[in-house]
Amino acid sequence: MAEISEIICVTCPKGCVLKVKHEDKEILEVLDGCKRGEDYALCELQDPRRMVASTVKVRGGLHPLVPVYTRQAFPKPLIPQLAQELRQVEVPAPVKINQVVLADALGTGVDIVTSRDMPERNTSSL
Amino acid sequence: MKQNYDVIIIGSGPGGLAAAIAAKENGADDVLIIERDVELGGILVQCIHNGFGLELFNEDMPGPTYAQHFIEKAKGHGVKTLMDTMVLHITPDRKIYVINKDRGYITLQARAIVLAMGCRERTRAQILLPGARPAGVYTAGTAQRFVNVEGYMPGEKFVILGSGDIGMIMARRLTIEGARVERVLEIMPFLTGLTRNYVQCLLDYGITLQKQRTVNRIIGNDRVEAIEAVSVDENWHPIPGTNELIPCDSLLLSVGLIPENELSKQAGVLLDPVTNGPYVDDRFMTNVPGIFAAGNVVHVYDLVDWVTEAGYVAGKGAAQFAKRQAVDTGDQVPLSAGENIRYVVPHKLDKNRLAEDLVRLQMRVTTPIEKRVLVTVEDQNGEVVTKQAEAYARPGEILTLAIKPKAYDSIQKATSLTVNLRER
Repeated sequence: MAEISEIICVTCPKGCVLKVKHEDKEILEVLDGCKRGEDYALCELQDPRRMVASTVKVRGGLHPLVPVYTRQAFPKPLIPQLAQELRQVEVPAPVKINQVVLADALGTGVDIVTSRDMPERNTSSL
Repeated sequence: MKQNYDVIIIGSGPGGLAAAIAAKENGADDVLIIERDVELGGILVQCIHNGFGLELFNEDMPGPTYAQHFIEKAKGHGVKTLMDTMVLHITPDRKIYVINKDRGYITLQARAIVLAMGCRERTRAQILLPGARPAGVYTAGTAQRFVNVEGYMPGEKFVILGSGDIGMIMARRLTIEGARVERVLEIMPFLTGLTRNYVQCLLDYGITLQKQRTVNRIIGNDRVEAIEAVSVDENWHPIPGTNELIPCDSLLLSVGLIPENELSKQAGVLLDPVTNGPYVDDRFMTNVPGIFAAGNVVHVYDLVDWVTEAGYVAGKGAAQFAKRQAVDTGDQVPLSAGENIRYVVPHKLDKNRLAEDLVRLQMRVTTPIEKRVLVTVEDQNGEVVTKQAEAYARPGEILTLAIKPKAYDSIQKATSLTVNLRER
């Protein structure tokens, strides 16, 4: 049986409400959205993913933490487990931007990378 | 150190960085950024979440990455920086008095200034929250700094007041770090942040948002022990019998941002009582010649890309002013908010500006309309200069409209312009 679900698209800041006609996880039609909205609706039904941002510990850095994020969108159900995993990670300063702090997180193929440089303490060059 | 500069920028957030880059790119020789923190980047340093850069770069970056891109560019352009330094005073003739632990008290002279001090969060005192005064009441941005930069968890069980973006983003962030967010309360009948943040910060994590509900009382001696929530009517009066006690150890406030203009006022800059930021023209120059303003110091934006763009415009204007290139402000037409528009920035525009470039207007609506709407810019006779269709209008989301160079002729006839928003 086809049903219509409303999915709020988060791809861009517009926040369109997509009316998605689907049979189980097969999409029949997406109304009120753009091409990216269609892709989002499909992903949301079949394999919901999000960009995840967090922090990991740094030894000897300007700050005690360095911000990190998932290089690609990460499977939504695994986010709590990823958070646990990141709590165990510690890297020494200096840290460079885009440095991998956790490769292939939870076997998803997604790397977790830093989102900025973190200089050593007392050498605030940024 | 050198005391005279073409352009001095106060603040190194996205607005200040963009202004510095644009000033250099438009011929200013000596450009200095004064920053009170020990590193550049402003609030982006603590905004570790994604979603930055979607409008300008079509890329989804975390805040620190976005900042680093502009920091490197500014450094590459030879922009000088004065870090860990507080500006004490600015005069209308563009003297800047600053204090720094190594250099002491110094006076600098700028040919042009760009104010880029950003905004501040409203606090408990400003919204007159009743109840005890225990520890555990934070503004959302303060909690964000603790969690993302300094490595402290400010509590374990939270209630968040206000559905602004920082509040919702912190609801997610605290949940990821193992805390429980019991509730997000919003006094208005609508969301005050972006819809996408409602989805990816609250819905995704099963966090409940209650609208037209607020904090009636804070309970606790040394530390917050609970808050009492209550529903309100359209005049924000508590409705008896709707009280609920929510046990928690922390209350985060995400109840609005106010442009930071203490320095601007000293310099004689006039402020718009609606935005709390300076009156600006289309180059973001204030009423004080040579003093420009960019970003959240002018009005509170919801997307960083527009702050960056404002910084570019202000920085370019500042460089032109400093180089004494013609900055003709003689033929300006005032722009005002009309039907269902709360405010519009800039407040006036140069009639000849459209000969060189488009002028972007940014505005907030008064009431939400979840239907197709038409935004029009009309002259004193009701003639439509430009118009734009939108799928909806929401007070939480800034509306952007460009007046394109093709409107040049109709602008020449205008003595005043009004922006209106109506259902289609």
